[in-house]
Order: sequence, then structure tokens, then C-alpha cells
Amino acid sequence: MSVPADVPEVKRMAVTGNEAVALAMKQIEPDVVAAYPITPQTDIVQYFSSFVADGLVQTEFIRVESEHSAMSAVVGAAASGVRAMTATSANGLALMWEVLYIAASTRLPIVMPVVNRALSGPINIHCDHSDSMGARDSGWIQLYSENAQEAYDNIIQAVRIAEHPDVLLPVMVCLDGFIISHALENIEALSDATVRRFIGEWVPAASLLDVDRPITVGPLDLYDYYFEHKRQQAEAMMRAGKVIEEVAEEFAAISGRHYGFLEEYRMDDAAIAVIVLGSTAGTAKVAVDSLRKSGIKAGLIKLRTFRPFPAGELRRALAGVKAVAIMDRADSFSAMGGPVFAEVRSALYEADHRPPCFNFIYGLGGRDVGLEDIIEVYTYLQQAEEDPEGLVTVHYLGVRE
Amino acid sequence: MKPDMPGWKDIPRGGLILEAGNAFQYRTGDWRSRRPVWQKDRCKQCLLCWIFCPDGAVKVEEGRVVGFDYDHCKGCGICATECPPAASAIEMVPESEFAK
Repeated sequence: MSVPADVPEVKRMAVTGNEAVALAMKQIEPDVVAAYPITPQTDIVQYFSSFVADGLVQTEFIRVESEHSAMSAVVGAAASGVRAMTATSANGLALMWEVLYIAASTRLPIVMPVVNRALSGPINIHCDHSDSMGARDSGWIQLYSENAQEAYDNIIQAVRIAEHPDVLLPVMVCLDGFIISHALENIEALSDATVRRFIGEWVPAASLLDVDRPITVGPLDLYDYYFEHKRQQAEAMMRAGKVIEEVAEEFAAISGRHYGFLEEYRMDDAAIAVIVLGSTAGTAKVAVDSLRKSGIKAGLIKLRTFRPFPAGELRRALAGVKAVAIMDRADSFSAMGGPVFAEVRSALYEADHRPPCFNFIYGLGGRDVGLEDIIEVYTYLQQAEEDPEGLVTVHYLGVRE
Repeated sequence: MKPDMPGWKDIPRGGLILEAGNAFQYRTGDWRSRRPVWQKDRCKQCLLCWIFCPDGAVKVEEGRVVGFDYDHCKGCGICATECPPAASAIEMVPESEFAK
């Protein structure tokens, strides 16, 4: 493991995505971590448990027998008013399912790295977004990362977003399995003291362990109150956007790295655009550069936040575009495209200018996506721009026919 | 649902109940389909009903049973089952009998 025991000042280091996340967790030093191993997330908690064993953090590490228990333990810890984290992937996330909803509806500011892996079946350990996309309506904020640096930065910002009094929602920080989690990259880590100062102290408004002010958490909530609590939850997600922006601004001040809901790459005069999230954005940027050299006005939008969904920003970013391809690393089996496609197209319904939208489902179960695949998507968009007749809306990119 | 109930902006976040001892305010007696009826003259004051009641709905004053708290008794019938056969001082009567 190449994560140093302490980081006294800003440091450049070569680490894997999982090491970067483990380092962020070490600098955050949550009060409780409860986790269960699952590929490709395993290293995160393995590294973290060694920090605990070596006395580098004072975290209470709970070894649980399943992800259902991991999320339950974290919910209990968070309800007691402490910072609690876990991490998972794929079927582990699926096993947390019912508790994910409980964490969100109980408004517990839990932060969880999700190392994206294809959900069984057939069983597969490689990257796609079927795990976190399946959890998109669980009430968690979702941030997606392009590389190890972004995963590290997102984890640190997630603590502040989750704990903001206008939000109080759990946050998933998604990073692509193996592609980010296991590949070695250079990152710039903040100093331990900078991270501690940035996240500050967590002072919950109510705690299960406050014997002077006893409270009930998670009571039966029937037809006379449940709806009101769900309305509160919806409001929290609506307010989260502003907080995500404010936290990003503060984070830029300490790191020099700027984050928004989405990143626009060569979009200024773009005629055709691709929307993507996660590590594929890196490949797509190279594709854009290559197309630009041939005079093709290609642009890229990388979504960082999927929940809350940045509809307004997308409409603005796509205002001058003649055709859009939305890339989905998961299918929703709706018979009308993947989850990102559905959201983007819905957001564009209110736009003054509605460009034709195409969906490219790709990379399922870790199927590699290369430069030539992305070029193929842009080539299709050029065709759409010139002659939109007879085009197909939903494509499966890179599948054998 | 009562018309004057508070809206979503005015209730504690996420279903938290910030007031202790609030179960008393929850009138679980609404759930009851059979009502325990206590016959004072048959009662031996053994207090088994009071011991076994899972809800504290048997009212006791100065060590003696005086009746039931029908606001909270759910009508489970454990008191009637535990009441010694020699006494049989508690009879479970369908609520419909009282609605007449």
C-alpha cells in the first residue's frame, strides 16, 4: 500500500483509486466504519482497517457479517450523532437495499464510496453502473468520479454536502471498478490538517445517545405523516444543488480544483455533444480533441451529479447543440433506453431548443470502450445533424451482433 | 386524518420524535376488536392480568385492579386467558356489542 501514514502538507503521490479513497477516509477519520468486503471495493476497507489496527485513526471499526448489517450499523451510528462511513460494490449495494432507503429517509448524513461493478447476473466483477444506477431513486445524493483525484475530492466534499443542515442526506461517491479503483494514478492529496479544517466538527441537531433529550428514530409512520416526511426529503434533494455548488467553491479555495454539477469540455461552439459519466469521460476527451483536429465541432459533457439531477445546467449547456448522444453504462430495461438517457431527454423537454437525442448503452460487465467506440458515437451524431431520417434512438455500442 | 394536522415544513425531520414518553399519546385502543370486560365481584385481586398485560392497560390503584385503560388496550385477550379459571373475571366482548 502506498498511502502514507500522515500527510503534513499538500503531496503528489501515485496511488490507486481505492488507495486515494482510503486516504480520504483516513483524513476524514469517521467515528464509525462498518464494512464488508466485495470486489472491487475490498481494498478500501482493507486499507482502512489497517489504519485502525496501526492506531493511525481512532475510528471504531465494526466487522459485520453482510452489507445489510454494514449499512444497518452505519445507520445506527449516524443516528447516534457521529460520522459513519462504509463502502461497497454491486451485489453488496444490492444487499444494502432496504437500509439505503432508511438511511435517506431518516436523513442521516452517511458518506459511502461505491466502486461501480456490474450487478449479477450473470455474475461479473467488472465495471458498469448497474449497481448505483439501480439505487438512483433511494434518496441518496450521487456524485460520479472520472479518476482517482476526483474520487478523493468527491469523498471529502461529500462529508460537507451530507451534513449541511439544508440537506442532511446520505451521499454515494461513485468510482469505476478496476478502471479507477485499481489503476495507479498521480493525485494531489491535501494535507491532513486542511481536510480536518474543511470538514470541521459534526454537531448533529439530535442524537440517540443524548439521555437528557431522548428521541425516537425511525418510528412507524403511516398515512397521516409518511407523505409529509417524503415531501421533506424531496425538498432536501432540491436544496442540495445550491449546497453542492457552495461546497465546491470552498473546496476550490483550498485545492485549486473546481467542480460543478457537470464539466463542459470544448462545448463553447460545439454542434454535436456526448454526455457521459465516470472514467469514460477521459477517453471521450481524447476523442473530442482528435475530432476537433479534423474540424468537427465536437463537445463533451461529463455529469458529476446524477442525484440531484442538474436539469437546468444541462439545458443551458446544450442550448446551441444540434444532436446529442447520451452514454449509459447501465440499461434500465425500460425498452426505451438507459437511465441517464431518460433523465437527459426529460430535462430537455422544457428546453426552447430540443436537439435530437440518441442513447448509446455501452461497457456493460466491463466491456472495454476505446477511442474508436467514442468516435463512432460522434460519427453517428454527424449523420444525425446532416440527415436525421431513419435513425435509431437506442444503440448498444460494442456488443457483438 | 384530522384537518388541523401540521404540514411538512412544521414537523421534525425524517420522522424523528423529539418528545419522550409519546407512546401515551398514541390511542392504540382504536385497534381493538374485542374488549376485555372486568367483573369486579368475580375478581380475586391476584393481579395476574396486570403482570401479563403487554401494554400496561390494566389500571391498578393501591395494589388493587380497578379496570382497564381502554385508550391503550389493544384487545389482545392475554388478561382474559391468564385470569384463573376459578375466577374468570375478564370476558372478551366484541366491540360491535358496544356500538349498538
